[in-house]
Amino acid sequence: MQRETLINIIVLALLVLFPLWAWQADEPFMITLATRAVILALAGVGLNLALGLGGMVSFGHAVFFGVGGYAMGILASHAQSYEPIFEWPFLFEGSKFMPLIWLVAILSSGLAALAIGALSLRTSGVYFIMITLAFGQMFFYFTISWPAYGGEDGLSVYVRNGFPGLNTLDPIQFYGICLAILAIVLFAMSRLARSSFGLALSAARQNEERVQAVGIGVFRLRLMAFTISGAITGLAGALFADLNRFVSPVMFSWQTSGEIMIFVILGGVGRLYGPVIGAVLFIVLEHELGGLSEYWHIYLGALLLGVVLFARGGLIGVLAGREVAHD
Amino acid sequence: MTEPILDIRNISKSFGALRASNDVSLDLRPGEIHALIGPNGAGKSTLIKQIAGNLRPDAGAVWFNGRDVTELDTVARARAGLGRTFQISSLAMEMTVLQNVVLGAMGHRTGPFRFFRPVMKDRALLAPAMQALEQVGLEEFATTRTADLSHGQRRQLEVAVALTLSPRVFLMDEPMAGLGAEGSHRLMGFLDELRQQAPILLVEHDMDAVFALADRISVLVYGQIIATGSADEIRANPEVRSAYLGEEEDA
Ligand SMILES: Nc1ncnc2c1ncn2[C@@H]1O[C@H](COP(=O)(O)OP(=O)(O)OP(=O)(O)O)[C@@H](O)[C@H]1O
Ligand SMILES: [Mg+2]
Repeated sequence: MQRETLINIIVLALLVLFPLWAWQADEPFMITLATRAVILALAGVGLNLALGLGGMVSFGHAVFFGVGGYAMGILASHAQSYEPIFEWPFLFEGSKFMPLIWLVAILSSGLAALAIGALSLRTSGVYFIMITLAFGQMFFYFTISWPAYGGEDGLSVYVRNGFPGLNTLDPIQFYGICLAILAIVLFAMSRLARSSFGLALSAARQNEERVQAVGIGVFRLRLMAFTISGAITGLAGALFADLNRFVSPVMFSWQTSGEIMIFVILGGVGRLYGPVIGAVLFIVLEHELGGLSEYWHIYLGALLLGVVLFARGGLIGVLAGREVAHD
Repeated sequence: MTEPILDIRNISKSFGALRASNDVSLDLRPGEIHALIGPNGAGKSTLIKQIAGNLRPDAGAVWFNGRDVTELDTVARARAGLGRTFQISSLAMEMTVLQNVVLGAMGHRTGPFRFFRPVMKDRALLAPAMQALEQVGLEEFATTRTADLSHGQRRQLEVAVALTLSPRVFLMDEPMAGLGAEGSHRLMGFLDELRQQAPILLVEHDMDAVFALADRISVLVYGQIIATGSADEIRANPEVRSAYLGEEEDA
């Protein structure tokens, strides 16, 4: 077995065992922390498809996280007030049903990614970073100034949304839902990375000219990857909002984009479990250092600098060595 | 006379004051190797780029397979059947040798929009990919990381990727550079046969190879074609001798 596979299995096992321990020990806060880590990991897995496999340095993934979050907030708040979201061209009512909320989150954030990607993927390098950042700020200021859904104050949802057969208010059960989703998405990503699409996308990151010369257009390839990437991060946004039972414009802020990118880099860009390891590390640091100092981001920054300078493959690169080409 | 598959009509291209292509006309007919020779900086690669679609000519047109492809980009021209090798190897360096040829086979056959099946287990792509590696003699290096190949091996891989495209025309920009005597000889034998599959527009500095292989030779000097003809005609052409071959004899 490859070392990386072994590490991945250990990480997954910890994600199963730690919350079970916390549950046994009656530490619901620990379960909530683990839930945060798993949801952030999912957001990172989304970004990693664009950033790691596709080489698209998106500084705007907060948009998709936020759109997913607001998809949940809007659906749930309409369900609370019994007012339909719109009645024309068809009646669309609010909902507290998680699977429907996820579907809406995936579709709306995927659509946002399609539109933003179509406009920004015509640029590259620093311009691409700046234009995705600009879209993020646009959404941020738009939600702040949009009074219908709480504006700057955000939107609270009083009861967590439901999933048939489960009590989602029980932390361990909600954690189970989030972990199951992460596992499914990781499985899909591992298949995608080895598929025709994954090979072509990765080749386009390494050498665009080569891919074009074999008759594959890189724009459509990247746009597709960016859209899937945004949809996954959007799904994470919906779960994140459900965890907090609250959404606010902060989800759209550039700090959110930055944090997702930071922990993906910490964990290991382009590696399947890089974002998972990064997210866990991020939550641990936030929990441990956040207690010591309000300025814990300084330590995070120092760590990031260390990784960028001395360990290009992130933590997983340090543990498992350079990535081996698939098969 | 057979119709040309590739027909370059009065192409001009300038970089500032430099005329890299000056009213160049050239064609390629089924079954032939048409060699393009000329001194360094004559504009050979620039011409190849305009045929492959990386550069837009300032004037003139590229006709391929009976249609004007001047407005098409590289991707569309590759799909139409232009298989090209680069003078400076252009490969996905982090991928394995086999993955690079599978990429070519995928581009030609299934396209990239398959998301779930492992591409490196797809027999329909692996078979032509392995065959191409065998044809250029790289089959032992299938699992080698491309960045770990020697310069000459990269040149061979370039040719292999072009083969996976089953193109209607090959555009090869100095495929023998850096191959060494034995490698060059082997590739020559291979190109000799390959012309039956699809004609080759061959840019090459190795004069022995060119005179041995080419059905026709065009000589490009300062962006202008000064002569086109058989090996004997080119050898005997006084203008060519003074402008190009003469230089080599003096050296
Ligand atoms: N993008 C560019 N911008 C400006 N000048 C260019 C550009 N590309 C090529 N040139 C110039 O055009 C001329 C022709 O270059 P080209 O690469 O086509 O020559 P070549 O015949 O392929 O030479 P070699 O045998 O060295 O490969 C050279 O003087 C080169 O410097
Ligand atoms: Mg050249």
